[in-house]
Amino acid sequence: MLRLTCPHCGVTAEETELTPGGEAHLRRAGPDATDAEFESYLFARKNPKGVVFERWRHAHGCGKWFIAARHSVSWQVFGTYPAQTTEPPADLIETIRAAIPTWEGWQ
Amino acid sequence: MSDMVSALNGARFEGFAEITETGLCGMVQIRADLASAGLAQALGGLGLSVPGRRAILSAGDLELGWMSPDELMLFCPRDRAAAITQQLAQALGGEHAMVLDVSDARVRFSIRGEKADQVLMKLCPVDLPTLPQGEIRRTRAAQTAVAFWRVDGGLDLIAFRSVAGYVMGLLKHSARPGAELF
Amino acid sequence: MTRRITRLDRGGRLIDRARDITFCFDGRRIPAHPGDTLASALLGAGHVLQGRSFKYHRPRGPVAAGAEEPNALVTLGGRARMEPDLRTTTTEAFDGAEARSQNRWPGLGLDLLAINDRLSAFMPAGFYYKTFMAGRSWEKLFEPIIRRSAGLGPAPTEADPDSYEQAYAFADVIIVGGGVAGLAAALEHGRAGARVWVLEQTPHWGGRAVVDAEADGATIDGLAPEAWVKAALAELEALPNVTLRTRMLAAGLHDHAHLIALESVADTTPGADLPRQRLWRMRAGKVIVAAGALERPLSFPGNDRPGVMLASAVRDYIVNWAVSPGKRIVILTNNDDAYRTALVALDAGIAIPAILDLRKTPNGPLVQAVRDRGVRILPGHSIAKVLGSKQVKGIALCRHESRGEAWLERIPCDAVAMSGGWSPTVHLWSHCGGKLAWDTEAAFFAPDPDKPPLGADGKAMAQCVGAAAGALRLDACLASAMSAAPQVETPAEEPIQPVWVTPAEAGPHLRAKMWLDFQNDVKVSDIQLAAREGYQSVEHAKRYTTLGMATDQGKLSNINGLAILSQALDQPIPATGTTTFRPPYTPIGFGAIAGEARGEIFQPLRRTAMDAWHEDQGAHWEPVGQWRRPYCYPGKAEPHSAAIEREVLAVRNSVGMLDASTLGKIIVKGPDAGRFLDMIYTNMMSTLAVGKCRYGLMCSENGFLMDDGVVARLSEDTWLCHTTTGGAEAIHAHMEDWLQCEWWDWKVWTANVTEAYAQVAVAGPNARKVLEALGGVDVSREALPHMSWTAGPLGGFDARIYRISFSGELGFEIAVPTSQGMALWSRLLEAGKAFDIRPYGTEALHVLRAEKGFIMIGDETDGTVIPQDLGLNWALSKKKADFLGKRAHQRSFMASPDRWKLVGLESLDGSVIPECAIAPAPGENANRQRNTQGRITSSYYSPTLKRGIAMGLVHNGPDRMGEEIIFNADGKEVTARIVSPVFYDPKGEKLDV
Repeated sequence: MLRLTCPHCGVTAEETELTPGGEAHLRRAGPDATDAEFESYLFARKNPKGVVFERWRHAHGCGKWFIAARHSVSWQVFGTYPAQTTEPPADLIETIRAAIPTWEGWQ
Repeated sequence: MSDMVSALNGARFEGFAEITETGLCGMVQIRADLASAGLAQALGGLGLSVPGRRAILSAGDLELGWMSPDELMLFCPRDRAAAITQQLAQALGGEHAMVLDVSDARVRFSIRGEKADQVLMKLCPVDLPTLPQGEIRRTRAAQTAVAFWRVDGGLDLIAFRSVAGYVMGLLKHSARPGAELF
Repeated sequence: MTRRITRLDRGGRLIDRARDITFCFDGRRIPAHPGDTLASALLGAGHVLQGRSFKYHRPRGPVAAGAEEPNALVTLGGRARMEPDLRTTTTEAFDGAEARSQNRWPGLGLDLLAINDRLSAFMPAGFYYKTFMAGRSWEKLFEPIIRRSAGLGPAPTEADPDSYEQAYAFADVIIVGGGVAGLAAALEHGRAGARVWVLEQTPHWGGRAVVDAEADGATIDGLAPEAWVKAALAELEALPNVTLRTRMLAAGLHDHAHLIALESVADTTPGADLPRQRLWRMRAGKVIVAAGALERPLSFPGNDRPGVMLASAVRDYIVNWAVSPGKRIVILTNNDDAYRTALVALDAGIAIPAILDLRKTPNGPLVQAVRDRGVRILPGHSIAKVLGSKQVKGIALCRHESRGEAWLERIPCDAVAMSGGWSPTVHLWSHCGGKLAWDTEAAFFAPDPDKPPLGADGKAMAQCVGAAAGALRLDACLASAMSAAPQVETPAEEPIQPVWVTPAEAGPHLRAKMWLDFQNDVKVSDIQLAAREGYQSVEHAKRYTTLGMATDQGKLSNINGLAILSQALDQPIPATGTTTFRPPYTPIGFGAIAGEARGEIFQPLRRTAMDAWHEDQGAHWEPVGQWRRPYCYPGKAEPHSAAIEREVLAVRNSVGMLDASTLGKIIVKGPDAGRFLDMIYTNMMSTLAVGKCRYGLMCSENGFLMDDGVVARLSEDTWLCHTTTGGAEAIHAHMEDWLQCEWWDWKVWTANVTEAYAQVAVAGPNARKVLEALGGVDVSREALPHMSWTAGPLGGFDARIYRISFSGELGFEIAVPTSQGMALWSRLLEAGKAFDIRPYGTEALHVLRAEKGFIMIGDETDGTVIPQDLGLNWALSKKKADFLGKRAHQRSFMASPDRWKLVGLESLDGSVIPECAIAPAPGENANRQRNTQGRITSSYYSPTLKRGIAMGLVHNGPDRMGEEIIFNADGKEVTARIVSPVFYDPKGEKLDV
């Protein structure tokens, strides 16, 4: 069972305090989207064996959503940051690159 | 009104710690930009200031807890809740803020005694021994949401009113005489 | 078959000889002392035979003295407190305990099912697999027999009367194992000020070192290990940052250094008002595994006979409990350590007729010490056969480098102590990904310090010290556990000689008598057969033979088994690898896993402010989410159907009242609240006038209907959204998700105020009169028209009144602060007396709404239904550019004319169509199942119409009005006519009064 530090309230919470929200940084496809764009938005997920960016809500806590960058095999956590952003913070990207020089990047 | 009743009507249990449902309690929820000058001013009118992250502070018979980066919970005597709600709402009228009297949405318990911490160590995934005085910790107790903080002689805890019986059951189970952890 | 092995007349460091206790084993009274395990007390009373094997029902005694025991399993306690499959070697004896042997019939001594042993030639590796794959006739013939004869203890049939609890703990360092290595590590970290927990699974500190020193006289800083342990404990107890716990088993190490540990609190005092066990959920900065090592058996013919034991176990029984499995013990070994057993046995006055050492020239100090005491040491010799059946009577001696057919002599003895070397206890290290490396010289897998299990920071979260790290000798053991290691005096040892089968050239007949997995009856021959049949992966061979799949999870058998497999495949042991180590280390009962979650606190039960009143009225409860709501209020001896009919007619004919407090209530406020609700709801909410109410639908981004309810606009910037009872929390979370993660720049606050208000629905033609009787608020048709709300001091209550209806009758919902809910309920009952007001439950509510054709989330919807399917197109705004679900509704299959759509259904005979009914259609689908064209979503008896009514989703339903279709439920057919779903008051005249 993993533990993540909520960037909003600072609590390091075990998984039972959190609810998962799937892949982060999806771009919403609205009414004008093509079928392919909409399908990709609804269903297509990266699911890499490596660094994942995933949404978590500190549901049994401050109630806020945040994003965790985590390795899907080792469960190493590289960092967490508030969900109110469209891309990972630059220093976190650097941290991940330092840990995994071959990382293909978050996009 | 005289016919107001709290969830468990002051139920008590004596185990290795003393558990009490504290009866009617006023609670006012404030959603606002916690950094706004207007909020500080509005709270100042009650002798309060904006608590820091996870902090709970008190002034007289008022307590003010940090619930999230944009939410505070004010605890007060039940009969003052409506007036305080109105006062704060008025003071924050010019802001994007929400003030609600949610007194009856929750139930409050007191857990008293030297071993009060151990009651919650059995229910909450929280490092109780390192919880400082003046911090309010939101978490879960077994399967339901709670928040608690240190007070003189133990801990106080809030939970949703509808599960008051469940929470009392948990606290009784945990505080059974002889079942101390240490 | 009882031999009188009385207690040795001195020794027994763990037992309190001054006190006597008694327990029962298979009805016999067994004397014991506090400190005994069941195994030690049974051995002390002469009961070597303590169990039967799983498959062949072979007689078995304990082979070990600790958690690794595969044989000696018993059922403890009677009736509801019965617990099967407990190891006698780890179960503490207590006064009045009741233990029973298992897997035998009629008794342990005479087990008729031991016929399986005679048939063993017909039950080789893969027997169960082959039998069950062979087809149904075999299954019918064999399955019942196998089920009866192969098994462990029976499961209890009554509810467990004991209670359990869990607890959370956090530490910088958790040390698993209270032997000298664990205590040394605790001193190291404790002195440095870290928060340290030390967990020891037995009731005693000190581990092996204190026992072994009885043989070899080893010292730590000049002290006997026992004295050193005592001093270490005294120092640790004085440190406030160190917590010491015995009887606490570290069961599993999980991701992010999550350690699960089971503490025995009151196992030896059944009936005490205490939690029996406590499951700890611990988090550590680092876990130090100081769990020691497990001795390996040797594979020789007859190695499973009662009385054949691990050499270390023999030593433990003599030193710790002053009992011996025999008076004449032959020792078979491939290493020096077993000589320690000879030394303690000799000191205790037990004869050692011979030591058979598989090595050619053993000559270390321990060997010499034994030789000096006149013991016959036979290098290069082994055992060709163990004589005796239910007990050891002797051994047949042979050369190790032989086929074992030439017996050199018979050596009478009543026990055999064997040692095949040691394996570090790496389970916790391995649970979460720590890797192992094969140490060729020491002949064991040890933790590879370069490949540890990783924690959240990407760094090692576990470290092994002492024997668990492969440091078997006392000096190396302590040096691995602390930086300033104490001075250790301990004799030197010569290297082990790895031996996996003895005699080395044994033929098939003898290999079929060499047990690897004692509990599951897996022998050397079975592993070799599996290899021949192509099961080359260790994981496959394990499953095919069941090696290591018994309750002991292969603690004794796995290394030997994979060594045999490697030999059979002619590859080195590391190439074969190990099977996966899985938690828990030893079995944990479900009680501890459930913890406090039983009975009244099994899960949260949500109650409204009027709950106690409903209870007093004898309400029949219906669970809705975690709430309980009155389903109906049956009178004495009144069937539910009659109560529901009475409640429905009360609403239709006069007035009824419903506890609607559980409906979700979410406040949405802010300058962007209207814009936000326009995205959340399918219909337009921003245009709703202050004081008005509107029924709204919510879809997921996939387009499926997820919730519905009435929205009231409270002020210019504030709306109140009602949700379904089960939906409040999920919908509030849904709103927060979109606000926080997509539209975080919109100025909107939400609050779930469901629990702050008690709400009562008053419905029926006389509803207004009841409210007027309370007074204080004008609720006239003009002042409060349908789908509007008002607030005021209704009867003195601080009330908000919504004029809405889910029944089709004139209806009001009154919300007051929850603390006044019961008072309001009482006042309404009182005021309604004149109109014969009746409380009604959820089933009457359902019937009333179904008569009106109102949908119910969860009945008409199931996560695959879109609003268009339910004829709710009117609630889908065409003016809005966007809302959640809008794009999805344009997808081809959503817009398809072929969808099943909502209709009303009337059985031609007036009966109630079963809710599970399906309408078949001609032909078959691709899976050769019958095609279908519709299904029932709601079906009730309508007391108003005096006939069955139903709603259902039917292919092109609305275009088929008047058509008759056949529904099928459990083989019975009902013909129904497709009609409008609005069965009652289609013009809505009753509402607008």
